Amino acid sequence: MVNLLWLLLMLSGIIAAMVNGRVEAVTTAILEGAKVAVETSFGLIAIITFWLGVMRVAEAAGLVQILSKLVRPVLRLLFPGLPPTHAAMGAIVLNLSANILGLGNAATPAGLLAMREMQKSNPYPDKATPEMCTFLALNTACITVVPTTVIGIRALFGSSEPAAIIGTTVLATACGMAVAVCADLLLRRVYGRR
Amino acid sequence: MEGLIVSAANWVIPALVLIVLVSGFCRRVPVYETFITGAQEGFEVAIKTIPYLVAMLVAISVFRASGAMDGMVHLMQPLLFPLGVPPEVLPHAVMRPLSGGAALGIATDIIRIHGPDSVIGRLVSTMQGTSDTTFYVLSVYFGAIGVTRYRYAPVSGLLADITTFLASVAIVQRVFG
Repeated sequence: MVNLLWLLLMLSGIIAAMVNGRVEAVTTAILEGAKVAVETSFGLIAIITFWLGVMRVAEAAGLVQILSKLVRPVLRLLFPGLPPTHAAMGAIVLNLSANILGLGNAATPAGLLAMREMQKSNPYPDKATPEMCTFLALNTACITVVPTTVIGIRALFGSSEPAAIIGTTVLATACGMAVAVCADLLLRRVYGRR
Repeated sequence: MEGLIVSAANWVIPALVLIVLVSGFCRRVPVYETFITGAQEGFEVAIKTIPYLVAMLVAISVFRASGAMDGMVHLMQPLLFPLGVPPEVLPHAVMRPLSGGAALGIATDIIRIHGPDSVIGRLVSTMQGTSDTTFYVLSVYFGAIGVTRYRYAPVSGLLADITTFLASVAIVQRVFG
């Protein structure tokens, strides 16, 4: 899919340039695009380095565990099929808490563990269980409190308030998350517990 | 209300850094050494974005310079105008659920061309910050355990992505418009 879209952008660009008589603009655009890309990546070293440092302290201080305590009661309601003591439950809570904090390093192993634990009690191993669908709906629609990279890019291009978009980001994500939860509840009924 | 959303946003980073450092101190974490260990990875993580950004920024720059972007905007305007969606963000909305790196490239281009503090720059920043790369996450997580029949997981994921996109448009217009 990404292959197709990238190809489409490149080819339609080059062909449109030929048709519009702007062939010379293609080479300039390639060089300019690549240059901006590399400069941006280098510019991002600053904020990413700082934030990874802060996040390591957050991990060591056990912030994920503290957040886990807050989200666990809510999550129990969303997974009626999983007993609260189920090994997957702990991993799900951990994964979502790490996601909220933007701790990618901590989130993925916990998420994969959750999937493996749920797979153990799956009667049809090639088919997703309702709990897996709920978990992934939450995971993909999850709020991240600080979208670091895009804040860094805004700062690089001279924003006066790079972080100003955090509020709109959280609100928009909340809407998406609400729809994800509702869609999941509804679709689970439609598809039945097969 | 709109002003509150912006000023609350500006508090998030300082507040979070404060909370992290104080709770680290209380838990007897050697905060400075721990910070350095984590920060060590910064260079590598940032450099890893180069191929994604080059691929996408070259593609979108060619697309723009050739006049194809103007054509697309012209074509989609009547369709998207009633929804209040600027057609320039369309490539980003399509790419976001597929590849985070590619979407970041498109967001960078829009922020550069239109300015980070323009309405469209703030819109694409919000879109980049929200939601995850749905299809990538599904393929990694289901792939790891050998599930091939995803059932309704992509449907709820995509519904959430579409909602987040439209909500971003509505909220950004309201707060920054």
